[in-house]
Amino acid sequence: MLFLLGSETKFTIPQGLLLALVGFVIVLAVLAVLMGFIYLLSYIVRRFEKKGQSEKTAAPASAEPALAPGSSGDIKLFNVEDRTAAMVMAIIADELQTPLNELRFVSIKEVTEEEK
Amino acid sequence: MSDINIIEILSNLWKGSGYSMIAWQQIVMIVVACGLLFLGIAKKFEPLLLVGIAFGMLLTNLPGLQEILADGTVNAQALFHSSYWFSGGQIDYVEILNHGGLLDILYIGVKTGIYPCLIFIGVGAMTDFGPMLANPKSMILGAAAQLGIYMALILAIAFGFSGEVAASVAIIGGADGPTAIFVTKTLAPEKLGVIAIAAYSYMALIPLIQPPIMRVLTTKKERMIKMDQLRTVSKKEKIIFPIAVTVITAVLLPSVAPLLGCLMFGNLLKECGVTDRLSDTAQNALMNIVTLFLGISVGATAAYATFLQFDTLKIVGLGLLAFCFSTAGGVLMGKLMCWITKGKVNPLIGAAGVSAVPMAARVAHNEGKKWNPDNYLLMHAMGPNVAGVIGSAVAAGFLLAIFG
Repeated sequence: MLFLLGSETKFTIPQGLLLALVGFVIVLAVLAVLMGFIYLLSYIVRRFEKKGQSEKTAAPASAEPALAPGSSGDIKLFNVEDRTAAMVMAIIADELQTPLNELRFVSIKEVTEEEK
Repeated sequence: MSDINIIEILSNLWKGSGYSMIAWQQIVMIVVACGLLFLGIAKKFEPLLLVGIAFGMLLTNLPGLQEILADGTVNAQALFHSSYWFSGGQIDYVEILNHGGLLDILYIGVKTGIYPCLIFIGVGAMTDFGPMLANPKSMILGAAAQLGIYMALILAIAFGFSGEVAASVAIIGGADGPTAIFVTKTLAPEKLGVIAIAAYSYMALIPLIQPPIMRVLTTKKERMIKMDQLRTVSKKEKIIFPIAVTVITAVLLPSVAPLLGCLMFGNLLKECGVTDRLSDTAQNALMNIVTLFLGISVGATAAYATFLQFDTLKIVGLGLLAFCFSTAGGVLMGKLMCWITKGKVNPLIGAAGVSAVPMAARVAHNEGKKWNPDNYLLMHAMGPNVAGVIGSAVAAGFLLAIFG
């Protein structure tokens, strides 16, 4: 090995100090390099993800999605899953005794405890 | 039919039993082993390893199972033979496989560095580097908390230890059991028992060791600092990270490749999302099996001839100092970062940089909560905590490069 010192090496205290200083600086340097790498990695990944997201959001604008038969426009969901939204719509249609395709839902939003 | 001499049979049975050859040192070691078993079982001090280590120590020190008998002959019934491993010459694995005891065979995994590396695969599979990736500055805290390793190195040299033993004692400050074993089995195998016991005992004592140091080095205002929420880390970052760390660090310090390579391999199994079965095995079955073998075979190295020395006390004392300096290094770096960021970093999270995942992070969190009940530092402390694992592995690589 490059730095091999041999077996049962005895050191003086100043030598030990120097060795400790070099060792500590190396650990700091390696982890600082890794820190720099993580910053670079997150910058690149986030940039690619932003680009991907903007392409995804631009796509529906150019190609209008086909609406399901009987649906009445789009609905905006805030913190509500599709499954929950479907259930809410079904309950309301049942309560009003009105077919679902004759109702217009603009948005469904979850009201949190703080907003009450 | 020949006559049966009952007296002679009983006499031979007595002579062959351990009770006829018991030495006071063995009694001391049995008491020490039982003390460690008590700490592991009743006080839950790192029980998964300490119970195994203590039992290995008990087995190797039982009268009748010692390596050399009173008449100077080698005991064929000994479970562990120090002479095979610590005589300083080339290790004769053929002789070990032919005539070695059970613990000699198990110790091959320690000596070849297989067990610590396999454990690191499991540790990697259980580690979430997300908090560190979300806050890369925590790498610096993880590095600063390796201060204890180097302070202990200087002190061990001042106490007259050789460079190899000093490096093995110093690595206790990394608060990382497998890393300590990996370094010691290479540099000072005869001290493996005491160093492993010291490392695991102090890791279990972190909730007692760290808080007073944290309080002394920080102000009440600093301890109450609330930190901003961490950003979400993408899957891609988590997958690229282990691959890149392996390449960057192993190329720079090849001696660190076995440990860091295994740690990162385990983490990749967890994060890539297509090897769930392997990740599960690494975290559970593999980890448990290796822990079992590692504990008992490391304990077997603590025979009374190598353990009952004044050096043991010095090593135990230096290990404690290493832990204290490491904690101080992390907290002081945390203070510096707090000052640079104008109070955005709580210095307590620096103490978590001593590895010992997740115990040290939990201690930082609990300490922060004591002073500000609304403060949740756990995820912030996990960053330096996992960075500390990388830091101690790099420090181990440096020590092995110098002394190995």
